[in-house]
Amino acid sequence: MNKSKQVFRRLEGRRIFASFLALAMVAVVACGSDGSAADNAGSDSEPLVVYSGRGESLVGPVIKQFEELTGIEVQVNFGSTGPLAATLLEEGGNTPADIFFAQDPGGLGAVIEMLDDLPVEVLDRVPEWARSPQGKWVGISGRARVLVYGTDSLTEDELPRSIEELADPKWKGKLGWAPSNSSFQAMITGMRQLWGEERTRNWLEGVMDNEPKIYPKNTPQVAAAAAGEIEIGMVNHYYLYRFLAEEGDGFKARNWFTPEADPGSVVLVAGAGILQESDNKETARRFLEFMLSELGQQYFATQTHEYPLIEGVVPDRGLPPLDSITKPEVDLSTLGDIENTQNLLREVGALS
Amino acid sequence: MAIVSHVMPARRHLLRVMPRERPPWPLLVLGLLVGAAALLPAYYLLLRAADGGAETWDHVFRARTTDVLVRTAVLVGVVTVASTLVGTLLAWFTIRTNLPFKKIISVAVTLPLVIPSFVMATTSIEFFGIGGVLQDWLGVFGMEKIASFDGLRGASLVLVLMTYPYVFLSARGALRRLDPSLEEAARSMGYGPIKTFRLVTVPVLRPALTAGALLVALYTLSDFGAVALLRYETFTFAIFNQYESALNRSLAAGLSLVLVFFAVLLLAGEGISRGRARYYRSTVGSIRPAAPADLGPWKWPVTLMVLVPVVVGLLIPVGVLVWWLVRGLMRDQQMTALLEPAFNSISVSLLAAMAAVGLAIPVAVLAVRYRSWWPSRLTERVTHIGFGLPGVVVAISLVFFGVNYARPVYQSNWLLLFGYVVLFLPAAVGAIKASLMQVSPRLEEAAQGLGRRPWRVLVTVTLPMIAPGLFAGAALVFLLAMKELPATLILSPIGFRTLATVIWDASVDAFFARTAAASLLLIALAGIPTAYMVLRGESARSNSR
Repeated sequence: MNKSKQVFRRLEGRRIFASFLALAMVAVVACGSDGSAADNAGSDSEPLVVYSGRGESLVGPVIKQFEELTGIEVQVNFGSTGPLAATLLEEGGNTPADIFFAQDPGGLGAVIEMLDDLPVEVLDRVPEWARSPQGKWVGISGRARVLVYGTDSLTEDELPRSIEELADPKWKGKLGWAPSNSSFQAMITGMRQLWGEERTRNWLEGVMDNEPKIYPKNTPQVAAAAAGEIEIGMVNHYYLYRFLAEEGDGFKARNWFTPEADPGSVVLVAGAGILQESDNKETARRFLEFMLSELGQQYFATQTHEYPLIEGVVPDRGLPPLDSITKPEVDLSTLGDIENTQNLLREVGALS
Repeated sequence: MAIVSHVMPARRHLLRVMPRERPPWPLLVLGLLVGAAALLPAYYLLLRAADGGAETWDHVFRARTTDVLVRTAVLVGVVTVASTLVGTLLAWFTIRTNLPFKKIISVAVTLPLVIPSFVMATTSIEFFGIGGVLQDWLGVFGMEKIASFDGLRGASLVLVLMTYPYVFLSARGALRRLDPSLEEAARSMGYGPIKTFRLVTVPVLRPALTAGALLVALYTLSDFGAVALLRYETFTFAIFNQYESALNRSLAAGLSLVLVFFAVLLLAGEGISRGRARYYRSTVGSIRPAAPADLGPWKWPVTLMVLVPVVVGLLIPVGVLVWWLVRGLMRDQQMTALLEPAFNSISVSLLAAMAAVGLAIPVAVLAVRYRSWWPSRLTERVTHIGFGLPGVVVAISLVFFGVNYARPVYQSNWLLLFGYVVLFLPAAVGAIKASLMQVSPRLEEAAQGLGRRPWRVLVTVTLPMIAPGLFAGAALVFLLAMKELPATLILSPIGFRTLATVIWDASVDAFFARTAAASLLLIALAGIPTAYMVLRGESARSNSR
């Protein structure tokens, strides 16, 4: 290699290094200015801080609607419900959050000590089963537990009348479930309340004998049912609609609401509460009221295919009416109950 | 022409670097501070586990835990061995043989590294799984049955694809710097090619291989996305279950401590196996590139073989993502803006790369130049702990420290950067160490002897000579930070979106087209520094002084 080329290479290396540095500087400035912009915004009206265990793809648009209608700025920390609850617990009194919007009652139950009492007008917008008995959180939307089945493997006549039938050996090797998923655990908690400990344990042991495939969450079960990897999965009802939207009506899985109203088709809520330490409670209350307004509820009914919880808003036409679905009898956010459910799942070997 | 001046590794006992005096105190203080920072997560875990008292430990040591530990150990073992083999072979073929298209192949086989774990897992399931694309294709040929892709088989395949590049990159660096006169000398003494490889090449490569293998093992230990989706229950799975139900932080901490212990065992193992050899040339003169081995008639079969990981680890995932994107666009799926997340990803990852390299320098210098002094070695070891812990654990521990002791930086990018440094420091330390080991300390001693102060020697002599290591380390940290998820979600300022958080958000709720668009952009953006890192080494080689 000749010398001039070498010198050139070296210069080129320096240039790359220089541009690397310059870019990084820009980055530093950008990061710095982010913070100061947030500080300035505080001078006018305090922005509302929401910790959301529900994804931006799902609830981002309805939060934006709230911002546009009220002119209030909302800052959302999106994450998974569990780790967000753990974050709140670590933050304790120092948390910047005003609202915790959780995917499931269990997440709210974990931080219930940190939640403030909600005004009765807010609580009363939803039926009694869809809110915290202590008045700490309120349901925002409802989702039913359903079975999802592969349409290539099964026809409707072959499907179980009740979730209890899944303990039958004829389903051996054909089932999927997600025992670590909090909605699943809430369903088992409801099952223990409705069926009692003994019957629930028998059912779990029966299903375990059928060697169900273990999934980390709901969506992979829907995909697996369509692919024929499993015949039946136990999921929340609304994921199917996402697959239908992406893959069209040819998608080879459908929901099955068991005809016998049993814990298998229990309805659960995603809910929200206001943090005690919030210094923005008035705005926080307006946020909850908006979510429970006709406009807010309409969004969940039409866009996420969930059950609206206030009167006067009707669910998606493809869904069975809410009246026909099992409601939990007791508070599903009670920690002791969830812990007992997890202990039971460990005892039968479903959880490690 | 270089004189054969290496002392053969077999005479390693003669090779100990003479213990120098203690390191200069600024270096020492900086190094120890970095080490202490790396220990923060472990400290937090001890605190939290102690909260739970004896009950936590009863839970941790239940019978099932042993079961899961064994499964974890099996996975770590399988993935580490397979990745080391694949990575070493690929490095040898792309450096020391007359393989065609070496540059393109070198870049392509590194690229699986930039694909986030859960994207690699989901796309692989879509292709190889039951009812997947492969089964459809085989169906055309009348093959209906297909082996299931999940469990140990699927998890280890996906993890190997994501981790062999660590070994590939470090083995490549070492092979390139290996003076061929060593092997020639062995051959001229009558050793056969295999004996030469075993007695000369492998021992010289060993530190690079074990360093790469260590990263592979620690990554496998910490991974959640792949094992969860492929339904192979490891220890991380159990930890995530605790956070998922958000009930028992003490139990989560206790379980994580077991993971720390596991990581410490791996670190000790690597430390012992690496030995004490010295790897720099003791004379001046350039390393002449080795004459590439002629593959002869095997040239094209080997090329095809080398392309297998490219197809499985890069083309298939990218192909599935493109298919998701096209399919979604055809059904009018709404897309999200990616410009701002992309900018955020790049800027925060660049800063993380610079911070990690900056902080890795004192650690690497201590570990290489003052290794006879035990705190140096210990510091270097503990910086690896973060790499073996799941991101969520490191993140929650930093939430604790941020909220309680560093309120001003809490929920700012500073804490996020700090989190990336704690997680990815070993990637930078490893790359810098590898460079530093091959620079003779005589040069620094000479500069010092001529009256330069130690820190000026560092800046004017040492750093320029290890520039390739600095860049390689920075590139590696950059792409690791680009694809990092749990810590980014938890530690970033409120409302700060990166490509990784967009991908996660979309994939959690089954928005496939959005997932695909953001993933493809991430792969493209992280691919650029990766290509640069690989190709730069290529030109440095033909350019070596």
